[in-house]
Amino acid sequence: MMKILFRLLIILLFFQNYSLAETSQEVDKISKNLRCLICQGQSVYDSQSDFALSMKILIQNKIDEGKNDEQIYEYLKAKYGEWIVYDPEINKNTILLWVLPLILFVFGGILILRKVSIK
Amino acid sequence: MSKNIKLISIVLITLFSFFILLKGLDKSNIYSPEIKESNVDFNFKAKYLFSEEEVFINELLNNEGMSLINIWASWCLPCRDEHAYLLNLNSLDKLSIIGINYKDDEKNAKQFLSELGNPYTNIITDPKGINAIEFGAFGVPETYLIDNKSKLIIQKFIGPLDDNAFAKIINIVQ
Repeated sequence: MMKILFRLLIILLFFQNYSLAETSQEVDKISKNLRCLICQGQSVYDSQSDFALSMKILIQNKIDEGKNDEQIYEYLKAKYGEWIVYDPEINKNTILLWVLPLILFVFGGILILRKVSIK
Repeated sequence: MSKNIKLISIVLITLFSFFILLKGLDKSNIYSPEIKESNVDFNFKAKYLFSEEEVFINELLNNEGMSLINIWASWCLPCRDEHAYLLNLNSLDKLSIIGINYKDDEKNAKQFLSELGNPYTNIITDPKGINAIEFGAFGVPETYLIDNKSKLIIQKFIGPLDDNAFAKIINIVQ
């Protein structure tokens, strides 16, 4: 009898943990893409600051309300600006950031081609 | 000749990096987004500190004047410093001061107010720090001057209020 109860308990605990992990995974995923604005070089996921802890609760609430990732990012961008997401949009302030690697790539390619054709 | 070019370019690149880093030192670490009209949707509920009732923030911003929203906590030391300013601002007729009690113990918060005085017209609680995020806040203390009619944030003060901020608020309200 005790054994069966014990097993049931373990199964129950297992399922409970499983469901908890399910929801927090979603929060982890979103918070990894968010910059913790008051801590340098950390994401909201990594940080244990008051700001980041509140942010994680808020993200969980928004998920419970049925918002998807995109809606949550948009919501936070409206509050804190573009800077909060780790994925900069292309605009006139970030154009150099996006174009510079391309320019360097082409420039490097030209250098290599010239070296090869000289030989 | 090519040795010279190499040397010059190394010197130039070093100087260039040096100046970029030097300029970076002047930049403030606090990033504050541009204030947009759609920034705050005041349509969220919070519990009062002195009663069990809940209220929509919209309802607190209903009169003609302006509101000063102040995020504070009893455990926050700079909040003690700025408290005298808030008590002074309380005398302005056109201004109602709304306190947001951030991640605080209610008992400590009430003790803080009985010790230093209560400048707030209304106080709402924010035990999880979620309401502060609605305002785009980073932490405590933070203060927002809001025009009740247009529901726009006129001025943001990150950190404790000082003489400058105090003068600015009085200037804008009057």
